[in-house]
Amino acid sequence: MPAPSVIIGAFAGNGAMLWGDLVQTFFKGALSGYVIGCSAGILTAILIHRSLFLRRGLLPVGNFLAALPIVGTAPIFVMWFGFGWQSKAAVVIAMVYFPMLINMVEGLSSSDAMQRDLMKTYAASYWQTMFKLTLPAAMPFAFNGLKICTTLSLIGAIVAEFFGSPTLGIGFRISTEVGRLALDVVWAEIIVAAVTGTVFYGLVAASERGVTFWHPSIRGRSAS
Amino acid sequence: MSEHAISAVDLGLEFPTRDGKIEALQQINLEVESGEFIALIGPSGCGKTTFLRIVAALEKPTSGVIRVNGLSPEEARKARSYGYVFQAAGLYPWRSIAANVRLPLEVMGFDRRERDDRVRHALDLVGLSGFEKQFPWQLSGGMQQRASIARALCFDADILLMDEPFGALDEIVRDHLNEQLLALWQKTGKTVGFVTHSIPEAVYLASRIVVMSPRPGRITAVIENDLPTERPLEIRDSSEFIAIAQKVRHALRAGGDAHD
Repeated sequence: MPAPSVIIGAFAGNGAMLWGDLVQTFFKGALSGYVIGCSAGILTAILIHRSLFLRRGLLPVGNFLAALPIVGTAPIFVMWFGFGWQSKAAVVIAMVYFPMLINMVEGLSSSDAMQRDLMKTYAASYWQTMFKLTLPAAMPFAFNGLKICTTLSLIGAIVAEFFGSPTLGIGFRISTEVGRLALDVVWAEIIVAAVTGTVFYGLVAASERGVTFWHPSIRGRSAS
Repeated sequence: MSEHAISAVDLGLEFPTRDGKIEALQQINLEVESGEFIALIGPSGCGKTTFLRIVAALEKPTSGVIRVNGLSPEEARKARSYGYVFQAAGLYPWRSIAANVRLPLEVMGFDRRERDDRVRHALDLVGLSGFEKQFPWQLSGGMQQRASIARALCFDADILLMDEPFGALDEIVRDHLNEQLLALWQKTGKTVGFVTHSIPEAVYLASRIVVMSPRPGRITAVIENDLPTERPLEIRDSSEFIAIAQKVRHALRAGGDAHD
């Protein structure tokens, strides 16, 4: 392993390149895949919530998608969607969709019978109940899914670049610099990825505390 | 026929189980006048909660006829004829106290200014002014239950259905809330259906006490309560109060089967 001073040197010498790689892999590939994949998971869960048949029927399909090995799907997505960030986003979507869906499906069923009876006594419509009870009650589960997907999305975007990308991106850089034995640059990229993943997770966790401030697992912590 | 707030004729509800049919309710006949305070009392499994849930259209009877304000329970629910108070307060933890009380008004489409007026008025009625911005988990159990009563009152339905609302509270809080509920009933003149396990509570609150018994769930006695409408808490030590409580106790014994 290269000395820390050498890695710091790699940062200093390659600032613009590291930034370009980060933009390509995280902001273009991982983040757009994350937003699209998680939104799709949430929307699917809301749409199938009404039907027990769809809930039972779609989960195995989602599970099947999640079980597809990324090293197999990534080259195929590159063939379909090209070398650019779009194919990386597609890999990320395939990775985050199912964890988000399953958490959201679970969350939408988490209101209790009495809370639902209460809405019934007001003769509330299905969508009124959805927006005033079912969705707020699902938020702790939704954030579990969103947090799991932060790291998944970054891993997916990096690994997908191993199978073809333009000449930038964290995954591209790691695979080529390993070949050139430039381990200081590899370590610099690893640190960039790790810090980005941690900050991303931290931002989602912070917004979770804002949204689910009422949940027993959160409200105890800020009070004391 | 529509002067009755609630009228049940030969009402029954049975549901199948693995060991045969269970009769949760059998041959229930009951007429509740508008403005009455009816207490339903009996041991667990006597169907008192089930009856209240049928009135609220949360449960469907399998035989007989029930009318609520002259309508079917389903129509009455759609006409928002009743407020329902559950055993637990069941406030939504992501909403402040004021927002919880506002919930039915939002669902029913009241306009913003009227919503605020009604929330203020309802919280005032149950003595919770000043707690608007608190969240449910920051309040004691008794205060939460009072907020849930405000929530049932705020849209001004004629009928208030209460399912053991004070069952989980300690006796001191319970006494206090009983007193407030009685005052509230006298002030508003609503029809109240009140399910309870407690004989003193039933006698203190109700104008008529319906005694029920289990297996099958049925009404075994209806006892008129002729205590004066003005009821300080001390009335519970009077001989008239004790006499009515004894009547209720005897009726419960005669119904038998109170071993659980």
